[in-house]
Parts: sequence; C-alpha cells; structure tokens
Amino acid sequence: MAINRQFKERWMRRFFFVIASTSIFILLLIMIFLFAEGLPIFKKVSLTDFIFGKYWYPTSEPPEFGIFPLIAASISVTVLSAVISIPLGVMTAIYLAEIAAFKVREIVKPMVELLAAIPSVVIGFFGMVIVSPFLQDMFDVATGLNLFNAALMLGFMSVPTICSISEDAVSSVPRAMKEASFALGATHFETIFKVVLPASLSGITTSIILGMSRAIGETMVVLMVAGGAAMIPLSIFDPVRPMPASIAAEMAEAPFRGDHYYALFATGVVLFCFTLMFNIIADHIAYKYKQTGDSTL
Amino acid sequence: MDADLKMSVKQLNFFYDKFKALENISLDFYAGHVTALIGPSGCGKSTFLRCLNRMNDLIPKSRVEGKILLDNEDIYDCAVNVATLRSRIGMVFQKPNPFPKTIFENVAYGLRVNGIKDKTLIADRVTESLNQAALWDEVKDRIYDSALELSGGQQQRLCIARALAIKPEVILMDEPASALDPIATQKIEELIHQLKKMFTIIIVTHNMQQAARVSDITAFFYMGKLIETDKTDTLFTRPKLKQTEDYITGRFG
Repeated sequence: MAINRQFKERWMRRFFFVIASTSIFILLLIMIFLFAEGLPIFKKVSLTDFIFGKYWYPTSEPPEFGIFPLIAASISVTVLSAVISIPLGVMTAIYLAEIAAFKVREIVKPMVELLAAIPSVVIGFFGMVIVSPFLQDMFDVATGLNLFNAALMLGFMSVPTICSISEDAVSSVPRAMKEASFALGATHFETIFKVVLPASLSGITTSIILGMSRAIGETMVVLMVAGGAAMIPLSIFDPVRPMPASIAAEMAEAPFRGDHYYALFATGVVLFCFTLMFNIIADHIAYKYKQTGDSTL
Repeated sequence: MDADLKMSVKQLNFFYDKFKALENISLDFYAGHVTALIGPSGCGKSTFLRCLNRMNDLIPKSRVEGKILLDNEDIYDCAVNVATLRSRIGMVFQKPNPFPKTIFENVAYGLRVNGIKDKTLIADRVTESLNQAALWDEVKDRIYDSALELSGGQQQRLCIARALAIKPEVILMDEPASALDPIATQKIEELIHQLKKMFTIIIVTHNMQQAARVSDITAFFYMGKLIETDKTDTLFTRPKLKQTEDYITGRFG
C-alpha cells in the first residue's frame, strides 16, 4: 500500500514536470524560430543600417530595409498613449482606492477591468468609424487615421491594466500608515500624496510598464487606425506604421524566405527586445522597491 | 484634584452603526498627569481613545453623541478643523507604524504637513524630538537611513518622536508597548515618566502592572462603560467596586 502511494506520487510529479516543460519548450521554440528567421537579413543589411535606416521600401528595386520609421512610430505611439493612459489610470485607481465609497468601488472596479475584455478589433473599429472622422473635422487634418488616433485607442486599452494593478497597490498600503499620517494633522490629500503614493510607487510603476508593454505589442488597433505610412512622424497628426502593424500587413505578401520575409522577422526580434526590456524593468522595480505592506506585486 | 483640567469628556456615547460601543462616559484629564485606561479586550477603551482625536471619524457609519472638551472647546463642534485638532492631540499606535521614509523624514513629516518650511527649524526640531524620545544617541549617525531598518522598540520610540515633533498638548497612546519586548517596554515607560512633565498623557494598556507603574489616574472600562476611576494608588489598593477588584486581582478578564 505504502509503496503504491509512493509510486503514484513519483509519477504525478513526473506528469506535472512534463506538462510544465512542454509549455516552456514551445515558447523557447518560438523564440528560436523568430531569431532563425530574422537573422539572415543581416547578410544583406548591417544591423545599424537596419535599425537606423530611414527608408522602409521592402518591395522597390533595389529594396531598402531601414526600420527606423517603424521604431519611431512604435515609440511615439506608445509614449503618447502613456501620456494619456497614465494620468487616467493612476487617478482612477486613487479615486477607487482612497476616495470612492465602498459600494462605488465594488461596482466600478470590475467595470474598469471589463474594459480589458473588449476585443482589440472592436476598439480599432471604434477608432476608425467614430474617432477618425471626428479628428478630421475637429483638427482639420488630412486623415483621421494617424498617430494621435492610435495613441488614444491604445491609451484606452492600457487604462484597465494600469488602473487595476495600481488600485491593488494603493489599497494595500496599510491602514496603520495612513492613520499615522492623519494623527499628525495631515489632511486626506496630504496623506494620499505624501504617504500612500510613495508607499505604493513600485506597484504603480509596474502597472504603467505592463500597460505600456501591452501598448507597444498591440497589433490590430495600430493596423486599423495608425494610418500605415512608413515615415518618421513630424506631428501627432501624421499617419504612422508601428512595427506590429508593418509585420501583420506585409507578412502575407512577402515571398517565403525572401529578404522581405527575413526583414519582417528581424522587425519581430526588435519588437521582442522592446517588450522584453519593459518586462525586465517592471520585474526589477517590483523586486527592488518592494511594496510596503502585504501586497505581492 | 488640584491640577489644570485639560480635556473633559461629558456623557459620551459612541455607535458603530447600530452597536453602542461606548455608553454615557464622563471623564476628566489633567495636564501633567498620566491617565491609564484599563479593561478587558473589547471593553471600548481603544474606541474611547480614538474618539479623543476624532480618529473614529474615518470609520463609516460611526456616530458620536455627547461632548469632548479640549481647553473648554468642543472638539466635535462643526467649526473645528480636524487636521489642526489632531496636530494638538498626538497619537502613538499599538504597533510601530513608521513611514517607509528615512528616520529624519519620519520626524519631519508632521512639521511639513503643518506648514513649517524653515529647514534649520525642521532640523532642530527633529534633533530635539529624537532626544526627547531617547532615541538620538542610537540613531544620530544614520538619520538618513530608512526607518524600517530600526528594531521594533526603536521604531516605536521613533513614532513617539514623530508625535512630539509637532509639539502636541495631549498625547494618546494605544497600548504602545504591547508589541515590544520587556527591555524596550521599560524604555518606553521611562520615557512616559519624562514626558508627563510637558504633556497630558492618556494611555490604554492591557498590562495592569504597567498601568500601576506609569499612571497617576486609572480608569477601568468594562462592556463599553466606565466602571470606576480614581488615583492609581487608590484604585489598585482600595477599589470601591467589586467588579474593579475582581478585574485587577485577575478573577475575571
């Protein structure tokens, strides 16, 4: 009997090990594939020319594979979306955690989290049909499908991530710490800004970086509303072509294992490096500035 | 009693929603005296203490009836600014709760929120309060280190220093030594002896020996009511009521 149970125990352990290894192994395979299909482009173009080259004309003769306009587009869209989503997300989180009545919070927080469930294609559609004509009329620009529109849509998409994680961080600041501040004659807002926010800064920063990493990797929305012009934007109303949009739009027409195909995969590698960097920073901040209190962010 | 009346509670009732936590309490506090509030867990002594600096305002659905006078002014009057009131009545909590800031910033915090901007004045006050709290010698070389690196006893003295820095008139202490070891407890008690010359101190404690050691007046609470109050010596040696006697001799609790 005892031997039988031990036997079962050992096989259960192996079973779980195999399952866990499989998912990690598949992710690893994808990564290897990404690099294997991306690196050959550097036989044609040097790394510097690829990353800092100003012209992306993959189908002209001779082709030019400079993805700087795509990188510039991705970064500008992400930064502008962060400018929109950080204040919205963090201030909503503070409102929910510190100011709103308990009932309001119980209703509003799940609703904000539900926003994350809206399919990105729906958000893209909204941007295309509603926001784009509005921008065109309002600011009298050539096209409503531009950097600003994309940033706006991506900003809305990041708000649930930022708000939800920030709210957890803010509300996990121990009550005792807030009471200490009140007992010293601080007002509610002094307490929020001088005690609660500094104490939850690591959680808030993590939420911002996760929100931004979602924005930089998002494909469908930028494909639909960013305008698609592979040029370095000079104004926020210029159409742009961020990296994911470029990959998604061109992959179907790029000849298999041709230079264009390799260049798109190399773009994928660059994108991967960006998101990896965001995640490492988020991890580092969460580790270095441990949240005060019992939060486990 | 031939001392100055500092605070006076008159017919205080306190409700958590429908539950009556305190019933008809009247009690006076005198300047330069330590008043200990004793009683079994859940008897309302902490609730009572938190009424004195309006800390219970933060609890939803709570309600106060009656009057609490500080220098003859009702602290629950609608004209009273709660933040200003709390800067006159300091509080030290059960568990040390320093801010995750430097030792210096912990003490300077109260000064800053109370509008003091002069840097030399802040630095002087920080040194002075750390000295008063008998912590200066232990931390003078590292006042810019995080307060979280201090031991529990040091953290609690830091919290006392933080309360002293804004020069309150009354100091409320909610079982300030319950989370500390005997040596740290002894330091806090010595500190209370020093501080009572300058402040009116009201201390909640579970520990009857502590109440006997540090206080001048003791009030015994039971089931939300004030059962008996007297000079500490009298209350512990010749209590008037059987209930008080049973509690202090450990026959119930």
